Amino acid sequence: MAPLSWDLQLLNVCAALLLLLAFAMLSQRRIVTLVDLLALQGAVLCVATALVAWRTGKSHLYLSALLTLGLKVLFLPWLLRRLIRRLDVYWDTEPMANIGGTMLLGLLIVIFAFGLAQPISALANTSTKSTIGIAVAVTLLAFLTMITRKKAMSQIVGFLSMENGLFFAAMSATYGMPMVVELGVALDVLVAMLVLGVFFFQIRERFESLDLHHFESLKEEK
Amino acid sequence: MNVIALLTQGLEIIVAVAAAPLFLGWINQCRAWLQNRSAPSVLQPYRTIQKLFNKDAVIAANSSALFRVAPYIVFGAMTLAAAIIPSMGTRLPFTAAADAIALVGLLATARVFMALAAMDSGTAFGTLGARREMMVGFLAEPALLMVIFVASLISATTSLPAISEHLTTEAIGLYPSLAFTAVAFTMVLLAENGRIPIDNPATHLELTMIHEAMLLEYSARHLALMEWAAALKLFNYACIGFALFLPWGIAAGAAAPNALLLAIPVLAVKLVLAGSGLALIETVSAKLRVFRAPEFLATAFLFAVLGLLVHLLLGA
Amino acid sequence: MMGMSSLSTCLALLAGWIVIGIAGLARPMSVRFAGRALFLAGALCGAGLALVSLWALNAPPEQAVLPIGLPDLPFHLRLDALSAVFLLLLGVTSVGTSVFGAGYFRAGEGTAPGLLCLQYHVFLASMGFVLIANDAYAFMFAWEIMALASYFLVTTQHRIAEIRRAGFLYLLIAHLGALGILLCFGVLQGGHWEMTFDAMRALRLGPQWATCAFLLAFFGFGAKAGLVPLHVWLPEAHPAAPSPVSALMSAVMLKMALYGILRVSFDLIGAPLWWWGLIALGVGLFSALYGVVFAAAQTDMKRLLAYSSIENIGIACAGLGLALVFAGLGMASLAALAVIAMLYHCLNHALMKSLLFLGTGAVLHATGQRNLGKLGGLMRYMPWTAWLTLIGALAIASLPPLNGFVSEWLLLQAFLFTDQIPRTFINMLLPLGAAVVALSAALAAYVMVKFYGVIFLGVPREGTLVRAHDCGRLERFGLAWLAAGCVLLGLLPVQVIARLNAAAILLVGTGLGEHGQRWWLLAPLTQGRASYGPIAFFVGVLSIVLLTALVVRLFYHGRVRFSLPWDCGFGQLDARMQDSAEGFGQPVRHVFQPFFRIERELPSAFDNAPKYRVIVTDRVWYALYEPLVGLVRRAANGVAWLQQGRVTTYLLYGFVTLLVLLGVVLA
Repeated sequence: MAPLSWDLQLLNVCAALLLLLAFAMLSQRRIVTLVDLLALQGAVLCVATALVAWRTGKSHLYLSALLTLGLKVLFLPWLLRRLIRRLDVYWDTEPMANIGGTMLLGLLIVIFAFGLAQPISALANTSTKSTIGIAVAVTLLAFLTMITRKKAMSQIVGFLSMENGLFFAAMSATYGMPMVVELGVALDVLVAMLVLGVFFFQIRERFESLDLHHFESLKEEK
Repeated sequence: MNVIALLTQGLEIIVAVAAAPLFLGWINQCRAWLQNRSAPSVLQPYRTIQKLFNKDAVIAANSSALFRVAPYIVFGAMTLAAAIIPSMGTRLPFTAAADAIALVGLLATARVFMALAAMDSGTAFGTLGARREMMVGFLAEPALLMVIFVASLISATTSLPAISEHLTTEAIGLYPSLAFTAVAFTMVLLAENGRIPIDNPATHLELTMIHEAMLLEYSARHLALMEWAAALKLFNYACIGFALFLPWGIAAGAAAPNALLLAIPVLAVKLVLAGSGLALIETVSAKLRVFRAPEFLATAFLFAVLGLLVHLLLGA
Repeated sequence: MMGMSSLSTCLALLAGWIVIGIAGLARPMSVRFAGRALFLAGALCGAGLALVSLWALNAPPEQAVLPIGLPDLPFHLRLDALSAVFLLLLGVTSVGTSVFGAGYFRAGEGTAPGLLCLQYHVFLASMGFVLIANDAYAFMFAWEIMALASYFLVTTQHRIAEIRRAGFLYLLIAHLGALGILLCFGVLQGGHWEMTFDAMRALRLGPQWATCAFLLAFFGFGAKAGLVPLHVWLPEAHPAAPSPVSALMSAVMLKMALYGILRVSFDLIGAPLWWWGLIALGVGLFSALYGVVFAAAQTDMKRLLAYSSIENIGIACAGLGLALVFAGLGMASLAALAVIAMLYHCLNHALMKSLLFLGTGAVLHATGQRNLGKLGGLMRYMPWTAWLTLIGALAIASLPPLNGFVSEWLLLQAFLFTDQIPRTFINMLLPLGAAVVALSAALAAYVMVKFYGVIFLGVPREGTLVRAHDCGRLERFGLAWLAAGCVLLGLLPVQVIARLNAAAILLVGTGLGEHGQRWWLLAPLTQGRASYGPIAFFVGVLSIVLLTALVVRLFYHGRVRFSLPWDCGFGQLDARMQDSAEGFGQPVRHVFQPFFRIERELPSAFDNAPKYRVIVTDRVWYALYEPLVGLVRRAANGVAWLQQGRVTTYLLYGFVTLLVLLGVVLA
C-alpha cells in the first residue's frame, strides 16, 4: 500500500480525534467539561475543513471552516458557558449509572457505523471517503449521548455534537454541502440555541430544575 | 545466527538488567523535583538492592518452598522478557522463540508466581495484594493484547522485532490507530507497574496498596530480587512502548556494529524522556480507589479497540 | 500392529475394557481385586488404545462391519484421523485416571467396588465406541450407553438426596440433547433412510436442511458439552461423582460432544455455511466468559473446576466456530489453523482438567473437605499432590511454556486473520473475539491462583488439616502421568501439530504448512509472521533462574531465619484472616455483577455475633429453567386430569383410541 500524502494522514488523525472526542463526551459526567469537549470538537472540525479546502482548492470550504471557527468554537460554547453560569448549573453532574455498558454499546455502534459506511465509501469519489464511517459514528454516538442524559444542558451539547458529525459526514462524502445549505443550517443552529436558551429559563421557572424527568409529569392524566 | 546478532542479544539483556534500577531512580528523582522535594540520588535503587542482598533473610515459618523459589522465577521471567523486546537492535536470535503473545504470557507467568508467593505466607495483606494484583491483571491483559493486535495488523506479524522493523522502514506516517493504542498502552503500563493512579509505589501499609502488600513478607535477597524484577518490568514496559510506537533509532535489520552503538544513546534519550513523562503523569494524577481501577482499565481497553477499528477503517 | 489392522486392535481393546468391567462382578466387594488389579489392567488397555490411535493418525481410514445390531443395520465402524485424535485423548487420559483410581477407591463408599469397576469401564468403552461408530444407530447406541454409565457413576453416593437430584438433572438434559442428535440424524439421512454415515457423507443436503441439521446437532451436542445456557447440569453432576470419574467426564466426555459437532458439520454435512460459525463462535465465547466468571465465585473446589470446564469447552467451541467461518468462506488454510487450535485445546484440556480433578480427589481423601473455606496450607502436608497440581493449574491458566498456552497462541493467531474476512461488520466484530479469549485466559489465571492458593498455600484454615497425608504411590503415578502430558504437549507443539494435521486435512481439506519450522520452533503461518519455540523459551527461563541463584549464592551469604509472619503489631494473627474463597472472588463479583444473582446477608453495626453470608447463584437458572419447570408442571397437571381413578373411564380411553386408530387406518 502506498503511503498516503501528509494532508490525508493529518485528516485521518483529525477524524480519529473527532471519534475520540465523541467517546469522551459519551463518558463525561460534568456538564461544563462537556461544553469544553464540544468546543474542542469544533476546533478539530475546523482544522479538518481547512485541510480539505487546501487539498481540493474549493474556496467555499475555507469559508465554512471560518464559520465553524466562529460559531462552533467561539460563539456557541461562549453562549453555553454563559447559560451555565446564569442558570447556576456549573457544578451539575449527570447521574450516569453504567458507564461501562454505555461504552460497550458505543463500540458496537462504531462497528455498525463503520460497516454501514463501507458501501457508501465505495460509491463516493472523494479522496476523503474513508472517513465517512467515522463521521457516521460520531453522529450516532452524539445521538447516544443525548439518549443517556437527563439534564437539558447536556442534551443540547449532544445535539450540537450531532450536527458536527453530520457536517463532517457531508464533507467526507461530497466535500461539503452547498454554501447556501450550510449557511442555512448554521443559522438554524444559532436560532435553535437562542430559543432554547430562553426555554431553559422558562423550564427552570416552572420546575425549579433542568432535569428533564420532570417533563414526565406533563403527560395527560388518565 | 552471526556474532553480531548474538552480541546484540547479550547486550540487550545486560543493559536491561543493569539499567533498570537507574531508570527507576531517574523517575523517582523527577517525581521529587516535580513535587518540590529534595531528590534522592538516581543511584538510590542500586544502594537499596545492595543493602538488601547483604541482610539476613527472614522467612515466615509457615511458608513453603514456593515462597523462596518465586523471586528467582519472577526475576528470570523479567530478564527473559528483556531478551525478547527489541530495545536496541532487531536482529535478536532469541525472539524467534517468543513473539509478542508469548511475551504477554511471560509477564502473566511472573504475575501468577508473585501472587501465589504472596498467598503462601498466609497473612491478610498477602492474600489481599494477590487478589488485587490478579484483578488488575485480568483487566489489563485484554487491553495489552488489543494494543499488540493493532501493531500486528499494521505489520502483519506478531514478532516484536519485525513490528519495529516494519514501522521504522515504512515511510514516516501518522497512524491515528497507533496514537490511540499508545494512550491505551500508557494506561496499561501505569496499572501493570503499580504506579499512580492504580497503586502508589511510594507507600507502605496503606489499605489501598497492591504491589507492596504482596511483598510484605519478603526480606533481604528475596526482596532485592523482587524489587529488581519490578524495576526490570517497568524498564521492559517502556521498551515495549518504544518498540511499538517510537522505534526510530533502533538498529534495524542486519545492521553494522556502529548502528548498534548509536542505538544505545538513542535508547538512553528515550528512557530519560519517558521517565520524566511518567513522573509528570504520576504527579498530576491522584490515586484512584481500587474499584475505580476497572473503569480506568476499561477505558484503556476502549482506546485499544478504537485503535483497532480505526485501523480497519482507515488502513492506517 | 503387523498383520492386524488398527481398527480391529482398537476394537479388541475396547472389548477388553468391557471384559474387565464384567470381571469386576466376580468379586464385587473386594477392593484389592475389583478396585485395584482391574483398574490397572484397564490402564494397560488405555495405554494400548493411545498407541494404536497414534499409529492410526497417519494411516488411511479403515472401515469394518460388525455382525451385531439391528436386522438390516449391523454396526458400521470406521477409524479415521479425526476418530484417532479423540481416541488418543481418551487413551492417554484414561491411563492417568485409571492408575489414580486403582489407588483411590476405598471400600464402603456408596456403590460396591465391583459395580463401580463395571460402570467405569463400560463408560470408557462406550466413549471409544462413540468415536468409531460409522452409522447413526451404532452412534446413538454407544452415546446412550455413555450417558447411562456416567449417570450411574455420578450417583455413586446415591444415598445423598442432592446427588440424586444432580443425577436426575444430568440425565434429563442428556436426553434432551440426545433427542436433538437423533433428529439431526433424521435430517441427515435426507429421506433415503440410509442410516450409515457413508450414505450421509455422499448425500448433499440443500442449505435449509443442512442448516437445520447443524442447528439440531449444535443443540444436541451442546447440551452434552455444557455450552451456556445448557450448562446447568455440569456444575451439579461433575462434583457429585468420585474424582477419577469427574476427571473423565470433564476431560473426555465433554470432548465427545465437540467430536460430534466436528463430525456432523465438517464431515457428514460436508459443506458448512460460514454463518454457522458465528453461532458457534458467539455461544463459545459467551460460555467461556460465563464459565470462568462463575468459577471465580465458587467456594467448592470441584464446582470451581466444573465451571472452568465450561470455560474451556467454550474456548474450544469458539475455535470450532472460527474454523467454520473460515471453511465456509473458502479460506481453507486458516480453517486448518483454527481446527488445529481447537483440537489442541481439547487435548490440553483433557490432560490438565483431569490432573486438577485428580488433585482435588487426593485432597478430598486426605481431608474430607470439598469446601475451599476449610482448606489451606496443604503444600507442606501433601507436597507431591501440591507440586503436580501446580503444573495443571499453571497449564490451565495458559501460561508458557506449558500446554494451555500453545492452543491459546494458535487461537489468537487465527483471530489475527479475521479482519480479512470478506464480509462487512464481521471483519470488524470478530477481532474483538480475541479480546474475549484474552480476558477468559486472564480470568482463568485468576481462578487458578484462587484455587491453588486457597487449597495449598497459606495457613490451614482448620485444625484437622495438619493430619492430612499425601496420596499413595499409584495416585502419584496417575498425577505425574498427566502432568508429564501437560509438559510434553507444551514443549513439543511441532510434533503434536504434525500428528493433528491429518485430522485437519480430513476436516477442511488442508493442513498447516511448515514455514521455516524446525523441530523446536513452531512457525505455522507464512514466513516470518509468527513463531514460538517453547523449548528454547523454557531453557531460557530455567538457565536465567539457575544463573541468578548461582550468582546470588556465590556473592552473598545464604543465611535464613524463620519467624512468624508480620502481624502489624496485632499479635493475634490467625488463619481466618486470610482471604476466604468468597473474599478472593469478590473483585470478579464486583466487576461482573450483571452475571450473578447475589443474595447477601449483612450484619448490622450493633450485632453482637455478626454474621456475613453471600450466596451467588446462576441467573440462567431463574430466567430460563424455573419458568420452564413451571410450564411443564402445569402441563403435567393438565394431563393428570385424565387420571380419574375409575376403571370404566380408562376402558373408555382405550375404546376411543381404538376407534380413532381404526378410522385413521380405513381413511
